Amino acid sequence: MTAAAPPRTTTVTLAVTGKEHVADGVATLTLARPDGGRLPDWTPGSHIDLVLPNGLTRQYSLCGDRWDAHSYRVGVLLETTSRGGSSHVHEQLRPGHLVGVGGPRNNFPLVPSERYVFVAGGIGITPLLPMVQQADLLGADWQLLYLGRSRTSMAFLDELASYGERVVVHPKDELGPLDLAGFLGEPAEGTRIYCCGPTRLLAAMETACAGLPPYTLRTERFVAEEQGAPARTAPFEVELARTGTTVTVTPDLSVLEAVGSAGVEVLSSCRQGICGTCETGVLAGRPDHRDSLLDDDERAAGDCMYICVSRALTDRLVLDL
Amino acid sequence: MTTTQKRPIEAPVVDVDPFDHDVLEDPLPMHEQLREAGPVAYLPKYDLHAVARYEEVHAALLDWQELPSSAGVGLSNFRFEKPWRPPSLLLEADPPRHDAPRRVLSKILGPRALRKLRDDWFADAEVLVDEVLADGPEFDAVESLSTVFPLRVFPDAVGLLPDGRENLLPYGDHAFNAFGPANDLVAKGEPRVAELSGWVSSRCVREALTEDGFGAAIWAASDRGDITPQQAPLIVRSLLTAGVDTTVHGISAVLYGLATHPEEWRRLRANPSLARVAFDEAVRWESPVQTFFRTANGDVRFGDVTVPDGAKVLMFLAAANRDPRRWADPDRFDLTRDPSGHVGFGMGIHQCVGQHVARLEAEAVLTALLQRVESVEPAGPPRRHHNNTLRALDSLPLRMTLA
Repeated sequence: MTAAAPPRTTTVTLAVTGKEHVADGVATLTLARPDGGRLPDWTPGSHIDLVLPNGLTRQYSLCGDRWDAHSYRVGVLLETTSRGGSSHVHEQLRPGHLVGVGGPRNNFPLVPSERYVFVAGGIGITPLLPMVQQADLLGADWQLLYLGRSRTSMAFLDELASYGERVVVHPKDELGPLDLAGFLGEPAEGTRIYCCGPTRLLAAMETACAGLPPYTLRTERFVAEEQGAPARTAPFEVELARTGTTVTVTPDLSVLEAVGSAGVEVLSSCRQGICGTCETGVLAGRPDHRDSLLDDDERAAGDCMYICVSRALTDRLVLDL
Repeated sequence: MTTTQKRPIEAPVVDVDPFDHDVLEDPLPMHEQLREAGPVAYLPKYDLHAVARYEEVHAALLDWQELPSSAGVGLSNFRFEKPWRPPSLLLEADPPRHDAPRRVLSKILGPRALRKLRDDWFADAEVLVDEVLADGPEFDAVESLSTVFPLRVFPDAVGLLPDGRENLLPYGDHAFNAFGPANDLVAKGEPRVAELSGWVSSRCVREALTEDGFGAAIWAASDRGDITPQQAPLIVRSLLTAGVDTTVHGISAVLYGLATHPEEWRRLRANPSLARVAFDEAVRWESPVQTFFRTANGDVRFGDVTVPDGAKVLMFLAAANRDPRRWADPDRFDLTRDPSGHVGFGMGIHQCVGQHVARLEAEAVLTALLQRVESVEPAGPPRRHHNNTLRALDSLPLRMTLA
C-alpha cells in the first residue's frame, strides 16, 4: 500500500489518463490524480461533475471499478445537439488534459435486495454497469435489459458478455420495439427495478411499473445536457458576515483556505466534501456545490455549503462566519 | 484448513503489550516507541502488525480495499473466529454491504439533520450545568457532567423509552473492551454480556422506539427499501453501542484539557466560538478511541515492509494524533492549533458517523459552562478508566470559579 499524503484543500483537478472510443458516438475517459493518489470513494449509481477546460460543467455516471481507488471511468455520448459539453469531450479532450471534478455524489443508490431488474437505454447503461457487477458479486438474482438503437451504438457489450443469459441485449434495428410490460412480467416480491435512459424510456417504465409496490422502481433521468451556469474560473469574493471581513478566493485556493488565511478557523476533516465537518451557512450568493453530501433539494435551498470543496457561481458569497 | 505457511516477519519487532494495565494507564511512551520503530512494527505477543505514524494510519484508514473491516476491527480474526455478537453492519462491514447502512445513517446523523436538536440540547446543557453548580463549585466532572449529559440527550434523540438506560454504558464499555484480547477487562464484562446484549436488542425493534427519533428514521428507511427490515435493528444497535461511551469520554477529555491548561480556558472564554475547535483538539490530544484493527487482504506494503495476507493490523489513532511528523508540539493541548485532519474519529468510509452528534453535545456543554464559569481548575488527581480501546477517565475532580 502506498501511504498517500492527505488530500490538499484545493479544487480537485484530475488528469485524463485514457480515452477510448467504445461504441458509435461513445467515448470513455479514464481520470486520475496527477500525483497518482487515492480518489474519493464512490458507490454504484454515483456521478461526478466534470468541469471541462472550456468552463462547462457536465455530470457523468461513474462506470469503472470502485476497487481501483486510483482511477475513475466515465462514458460520454456525443450529443447531436451538443451545446459544447460532450462535443468538447469527444473532439478536444486528450490524455494529459486536466479537468475539474466535483463529487462523487449518488442520487441513484443501489439498495439491498435479493432480486434486481436493470433496464438501460443507450448511454443509460453507465450507472447500471457497476450495479450489475455488484449485484453479481453479492449473489443476487438479477437481469439486465439493455436497449439501444443498434449494436454498434451500444457501449460495454464486451464487458457484459461474461454474464451470459442474465443480460438481454435488444438493439431496435435488429429486433424492433420491445414490449416492456411483457418483459417485466410479474416481478417476484422484493424485486428492485433500476432504470436509466432517455425520458421516453423512463416514462414507459413508470407506466409498466404503475401497479407494483411503492419504491420498487428507481430511476435516474439521463439528462442530455444540463442547463446550469458554467463553473467560474475567475476569482470571487467571500464576505464573512460575523467577522466583518471579505476575502478573495482565487482558482488555486479553496474557500476553506481563503477563509483560514483571513484568520477565521473553520474546522474540517476529510477535505473532500464527504464528512460534513466544515458545513458553513450561506447568507447570500449562490454556491457551486462540489460535495458528496447534499441532495438536489438541499442544493437548491442554497443555505449551506461545504467550503473544503464547494465554490461560488456568483461573484460574491456571504457566509455565516 | 486455516493453517498458513509462516513467513519471516519483515517489520521491526517491538515487544510491547498495548492492553497491559500499565500501558493503558499511560500509553504515550509506547506510542512513541511504535512510531519510532518504523512505518509499521510487529508485536509478537499478539502476532499483529501495528501502524502508529500519522501518514500510515491515515492511509490505512482510507484503504478499505487492502485493509478491510469485515474480518473484524478488533484482535479477533473473523476469517477463523466466530464474533461474540452478530457483526456490525457498519463497523465490521466492507463495501458493497456497507454502502446502504452507511448512507442511511450518514443522512440521519448529518449536520443538517441535527440542526433541529441544537436549541434543545443547548438548553438542556444549561439546565444541567445549573443543577450541578447549585450543589457547589467543586464536583467530579465525569460523574456530574460528561456521563450525565450524553445519557440525558442521546437516548432521547434515538427514541429510547426511559427504562434501562443505565445499561448503555456497561454495554458500550464491554463492546469496546471486546476489540482487544481476552484479558481481565473482557472477563469483567462477560457475566453480563447475555443480559446486556438482550436488552440492547430488545430496544432496537420498531415497537421499542418513539416515533420521532433516529431509531424511527432508520425504520422509515427500511420502509422505503433503502435498507432491509433485517438490517434496521442492527443499525439501531450501532447507535446504542458506539454513541454513548465515546461521547462521554470525549467530553471528559475536553474538560480535562481545559482544566489543566488555564490559558486555553481563558482563550475559549474570550472567544466561545472556539468550542468546536476545543473539542476536536481534545479528541486529537486524548483520542478517546485509541485504536482499531484491520485485516490485510492480500500482501500489503507499508514502505519497504510487506504485511502478509490475513495479518491483523492495529492502527494507533492516538499515536498518529501526536505524531511530531504531522503536528507541531503534539503533546500540547492548544486551541490556536487547527486540529482538522486528526484521526480521532477515523477517516474514510468508516469515519465516525456520529461525529456531528458528538461535536454538538460537546459544544452544548462547553457553551453552558462558559456562560456560568470564570475559571476551572483541578480539585484533585484524575483517575483513569481502563478499556482495551478507549482512553477514558473514571474521575475528574474540578473546582469552578463562577463568573
